[in-house]
Amino acid sequence: MSQKDQQKIKGIFPWFGLDIGGTLVKLVYFEPKDITAEEEKEEVESLKSIRKYLTSNVAYGSAGIRDVHLELKDLTLCGRKGNLHFIRFPTHDMPAFIQMGRDKNFSSLHTVFCATGGGAYKFEQDFLTIGDLQLRKLDELDCLIKGILYIDSVGFNGRSQCYYFENPADSEKCQKLPFDLKNLYPLLLVNIGSGVSILAVYSKDNYKRVTGTSLGGGTFFGLCCLLTGCTTFEEALEMASRGDSTKVDKLVRDIYGGDYERFGLPGWAVASSFGNMMSKEKREAVSKEDLARATLITITNNIGSIARMCALNENINQVVFVGNFLRVNTIAMRLLAYALDYWSKGQLKALFSEHEVSDLS
Amino acid sequence: MAERGVRGGGSGGDSLDKSITLPPDEIFRNLENAKRFAIDIGGSLTKLAYYSTVQHKVAKVRSFDHPGKDTEQDHEPPYEISVQEEITARLHFIKFENSYMEACLDFIRDHLVNTETKVIQATGGGAYKFKDLIEEKLRLKVDKEDVMTCLIKGCNFVLKNIPHEAFMYQKDSDPEFRFQTNHPNIFPYLLVNIGSGVSIVKVETEDRFEWIGGSSIGGGTFWGLGALLTKTKKFDELLQLASKGRHANVDMLVQDVYGGAHQTLGLSGNLIASSFGKSATADREFSKEDMAKSLLHMISNDIGQLACLYAKLHGLDRVYFGGFFIRGHPVTMRTITYSINFFSKGEVQALFLRHEGYLGAIGAFLKGAEQDNPNQYSWGENYAGSSGLMSTSPELYPTQRARSGTFDLLEMDRLERPLVNLPLLLDPSSYVPDTVDLTDDALARQYWLTCFEEALDGVVKRAVASQPESTDAAERAEKFRQKYWSKLQTLRHQPFAYGTLTVRSLLDTREHCLNEFNFPDPYSKVKQKENGLALKCFQGVTRSLDSLEWEERQLALVKGLLAGNVFDWGAKAVSDVLESDPQFGFEEAKKKLQERPWLVDSYSKWLQRLKGPPHKCALIFADNSGVDVILGVFPFVRELLFRGTEVILACNSGPALNDVTYSESLIVAERIAAMDPIIHSALQEERLLLVQTGSSSPCLDLSRLDKGLAVLVRERSADLVVIEGMGRAIHTNYHALLCCESLKLAVVKNAWLAERLGGRLFSVIFKYEVPTK
Repeated sequence: MSQKDQQKIKGIFPWFGLDIGGTLVKLVYFEPKDITAEEEKEEVESLKSIRKYLTSNVAYGSAGIRDVHLELKDLTLCGRKGNLHFIRFPTHDMPAFIQMGRDKNFSSLHTVFCATGGGAYKFEQDFLTIGDLQLRKLDELDCLIKGILYIDSVGFNGRSQCYYFENPADSEKCQKLPFDLKNLYPLLLVNIGSGVSILAVYSKDNYKRVTGTSLGGGTFFGLCCLLTGCTTFEEALEMASRGDSTKVDKLVRDIYGGDYERFGLPGWAVASSFGNMMSKEKREAVSKEDLARATLITITNNIGSIARMCALNENINQVVFVGNFLRVNTIAMRLLAYALDYWSKGQLKALFSEHEVSDLS
Repeated sequence: MAERGVRGGGSGGDSLDKSITLPPDEIFRNLENAKRFAIDIGGSLTKLAYYSTVQHKVAKVRSFDHPGKDTEQDHEPPYEISVQEEITARLHFIKFENSYMEACLDFIRDHLVNTETKVIQATGGGAYKFKDLIEEKLRLKVDKEDVMTCLIKGCNFVLKNIPHEAFMYQKDSDPEFRFQTNHPNIFPYLLVNIGSGVSIVKVETEDRFEWIGGSSIGGGTFWGLGALLTKTKKFDELLQLASKGRHANVDMLVQDVYGGAHQTLGLSGNLIASSFGKSATADREFSKEDMAKSLLHMISNDIGQLACLYAKLHGLDRVYFGGFFIRGHPVTMRTITYSINFFSKGEVQALFLRHEGYLGAIGAFLKGAEQDNPNQYSWGENYAGSSGLMSTSPELYPTQRARSGTFDLLEMDRLERPLVNLPLLLDPSSYVPDTVDLTDDALARQYWLTCFEEALDGVVKRAVASQPESTDAAERAEKFRQKYWSKLQTLRHQPFAYGTLTVRSLLDTREHCLNEFNFPDPYSKVKQKENGLALKCFQGVTRSLDSLEWEERQLALVKGLLAGNVFDWGAKAVSDVLESDPQFGFEEAKKKLQERPWLVDSYSKWLQRLKGPPHKCALIFADNSGVDVILGVFPFVRELLFRGTEVILACNSGPALNDVTYSESLIVAERIAAMDPIIHSALQEERLLLVQTGSSSPCLDLSRLDKGLAVLVRERSADLVVIEGMGRAIHTNYHALLCCESLKLAVVKNAWLAERLGGRLFSVIFKYEVPTK
């Protein structure tokens, strides 16, 4: 948002940022903590009720959640001090959200609402006709880059925002370590939402979209729903954490009895995702957990592989993975970290952010 | 009619029991002469390869031991013809379903007469599983070969030896198949093999290749995940489901995320934002078809994307796809092609191979046959013994598809000499021999197919007549008829079955079928007679030419060249005239010619050129026997020699129609030399050289010529190429660009073609071209 825009709404609360993705809506809310008595008095009832509603709850409706652990405390934003809250809810609840906006009379507060993501376009008309709210649509990639840079600059409540894994393949030795992005650029930014976008970032204002893939978080969750009957992303992840993908996947060693030395392929590498499922007997022998795990491994490995190829083609060796797919998804993060390191022979580093996605407008 | 002559058509329909329902001797051909086996056993299909020797009858010509008598009797032929047995080498490849394995092995064991063969090279994932069965049944030791090495050896082999092996697939265009002409240098390329997983290999030379990457999301993912999602067990059934589904019901598209706004944002709303993104819900059921389609898109797109990333990283623009996931299935070729185009923005070409399924077997065979140096030879696809590509429309010809899916054959003949590009081609990589692509041009296709059908009776009669002493000629001729007829029917339905359909391929197929039934040279006697008669007129013709003024003579020489092309000398009326007075016939033919200006007429330019310095060396491709070569070509050659130009006269290595063969040309030249001092001294001093083209086709492919010819062309710095006759100068090479001067001349003896070219019957093409510097 330009300086001018910031001036215009400065002082006019509430400060919202909305990222409406294909599956999830991410809402960032700035709760001012430096409200003067005068302000408090002037604060209209609807605004107060929103503030109270958002900050006193951790769950909204059936599926809205505030990620309390992500909350950024005592920030200074546009001259105001306060806390930044991160809330998410499924995109299919968007009509209910707009209805709530109407019920709570948002339109009387201020007329511009900052939003990004495809849904900013999809729901623009609904916001206007139902909620009497005008959306300020912001470019998704711009927002993503700005968000990443901002979040990195403010840190995570005194800790580093960016981290990496050491010994990602070893559950005992694996360590999550802070990473100081001193030499930030160039970096490859891999945003894993329902689908995946990959950006090469050369400076604050110089970036390009390299490619994307439709095999993303939505694919993992969608396939899990079909294969296991699970209903939430968390449930899918939880099942995956208990499963064994090697029952589902055909490994190099299943074909060659060990490493395939001719090509330098280790025996543990997956030769064919879901390859064992070609056989009826093996289909009957796997559990839902195994299937969930295999789905997770398949999607994650593939993203890692595409990201690695993009990094090579763009000649970049820092890869930052963000996006909601990685939320509470340590398996995927560690796998990405390991795969990138292994296949690049240590040339590429996978980095992660405490806030997997940020939309700060 | 479509059923007529289809291989095994009369033998028991489509019963899919484990016995071979088709006549096995039509499948495992020449087993009695087979040696050296290789086998590639995949997940569901087995490919068997073997090498055999085929005994062929060939017509040999030989000068009489008492040549050059001045007092020849009128009816004495100029040379004798004898039919001899010749042994040629052939490679057989047979593809069948694994369920036939035992029956096939039994059949092979029972029919394998000879063989010092002790081992069988085996590759493919199933090689291990069937090892014991093979060793027990065939009593051959199984020698396992590396899958990828075999695949790449096989790929190099087909790319080098089979014209129109590789093709692009474009679903909604007509034709769907775009075949590539053989690239003179096939390396480097990327091979993406989609088996249960994906291997991406960069192939740099014959023996050097590197695995540069892969993906676990491949055919096994489609099959395994597909089976879980749809409860459909068979791979082909899953593809069937996919071809009927709508992926948009399962995938989250860009328009689902952006609403209608994608248009104003310049995004394509149909792009998939998230595969299976819509299935992330518990309260909806999804159809099997839609899920299968979504899965197919997901996997194809992913493979295409990775292939593009690897191609970009290694700077390659040709990517060949193979593996069971592709296996000629239009739906997978389509999605892969789409993906490659999308991700590479058209910079990378997705190419498929006609014999993709055979690569492993070919490679395993080559590994086992290294001491025979198969790679030192050139090989040619035998159209008579090969099944061709399957139809892409399963709904249309289900029975044909079932059959070809059950047993599919490929045969390749070893060519006696290696074939190479004519060094004078302007751009070998863009050279296309054929003038009209009949896969592209439906009208022309219908015309020519009908034309060849109608001519079939005549060819059968000619074949029978050529072997009056044979008792089974009529029976063999009938078999030939059935075989060629069924090929023509296949081509009506699947014009792309053997690559780009052309007049040349129709002619070549006919020659292959004739050979198959031991009619090696139906025109041998006709040619013999015509050569004899024309030789008698040679001196008369040259005398009358020599009496002309220079400029007049040049025109007469060109007309002479063209006149040889006017009549189909095989026609009875014409041979009658010839027999009574050949010289009169020749003069008549000249009169038949179109008056100048000809349909294509750059004669004045040619004449102008002749007034300049002589050419260094002319390469002339001769056409017919008899009047054409003796009274047309030789006087022309004689004039060139007289001017100080060396001449390389190239004739076919093997017989085709009434075209003069290399061995006939040797005798003819010898006889002319005996009459003519210019020819005589030129032969002696090697200013006139007779060579073979390496071909047995009535057409001419300048990218597959005898190596000896190419060497000579280079040594002598040939700077003029003369191509005569419809087959060589119109059906092929009409648009061929050379880096030296060229002369293409022919008389259009086909009314339909003449009309197409904007002229009428007997129109003359005289195309003299000088390359622009």
